[in-house]
Amino acid sequence: MTDLGQQPTDAPPIARWQYGVTLVLGFVFGLVLYKSEVIRWERINNMFLFEEAHMYIVIAVAIAVAMPSMWLIRRSGQRTVTGEQIQITNPPFQKGIIYGGLTFGMGWAITAACPGPIYAQIASGELPALATLAGAVGGMYVYAKLKPHLPH
Amino acid sequence: MAQMILAPWAPWASGILLGLMVPALYVLVGRRFGLSSSLRHIGAMCMPNAKPEYLRLHNWKDHSWNLVFVVGLLIGSFVGVTYLTTTPLEVLPPAAATAGGLLRLAFGGILVGFGTRYAGGCTSGHTITGIASLNPPSVVATVAFFAGGLLSTWGLTFLIF
Repeated sequence: MTDLGQQPTDAPPIARWQYGVTLVLGFVFGLVLYKSEVIRWERINNMFLFEEAHMYIVIAVAIAVAMPSMWLIRRSGQRTVTGEQIQITNPPFQKGIIYGGLTFGMGWAITAACPGPIYAQIASGELPALATLAGAVGGMYVYAKLKPHLPH
Repeated sequence: MAQMILAPWAPWASGILLGLMVPALYVLVGRRFGLSSSLRHIGAMCMPNAKPEYLRLHNWKDHSWNLVFVVGLLIGSFVGVTYLTTTPLEVLPPAAATAGGLLRLAFGGILVGFGTRYAGGCTSGHTITGIASLNPPSVVATVAFFAGGLLSTWGLTFLIF
């Protein structure tokens, strides 16, 4: 079975300074999650209640920016700054896309957290989100345990 | 300028920054933007002798960039709430800090952890990176995410704060 959502084993090596860049990008991501209020429970609830456009705009604009970037990267054969080929690998279709997707969505509406925002909620001082993180690691473990028996 | 940073960021500006994460990570680090795999890396790191192959045979050190990204994320959110805001956000409703609230969060968290790993991605990996890469399964995943969210919000209201 393919290892879903994983980097290919021959992914280019990461230089030490690139870990620094990764840290900075993570910093920007965390800052945006907080400043855009997408880690806020009310925002997620209002999205699912169709009461405000906030979350829809954030997600739509993010896709609208990422999509032409990806097109350019593919089209131009852009390499990484270290000259390696960029390997674009996307998760393949399997039944978990639907079953897992539905499960995640249900949890998203309850906790207002996808995996990224869980960390951001905790770091913003919202300690109850530690319960979300504990649950998420537990849920990951349930998947690890059940994986051989689940339809894929 | 300072005023602009301290105020909540406009959704379109935030969307631009989030979208730029995808090419920035690909070009500068050679990696695919996605957060839910961090749960697996954390699991493999903390439970090296776990029974499931999914964890035992997973070399999290090959993916340590993802955990470095999470550390940056934690610092970013902390700096946001501590230095770059005038009125701190109410992130979770007050009821989250009650026993019932913590139970809801833990239960929802289980669904998030199980679901994202089963689906092979989350909002970042499927909805943003996947759709932007024109990956059809990611479109299906995103529809499923929203369907699940609507199901909880409209159908399982006892789970909602």
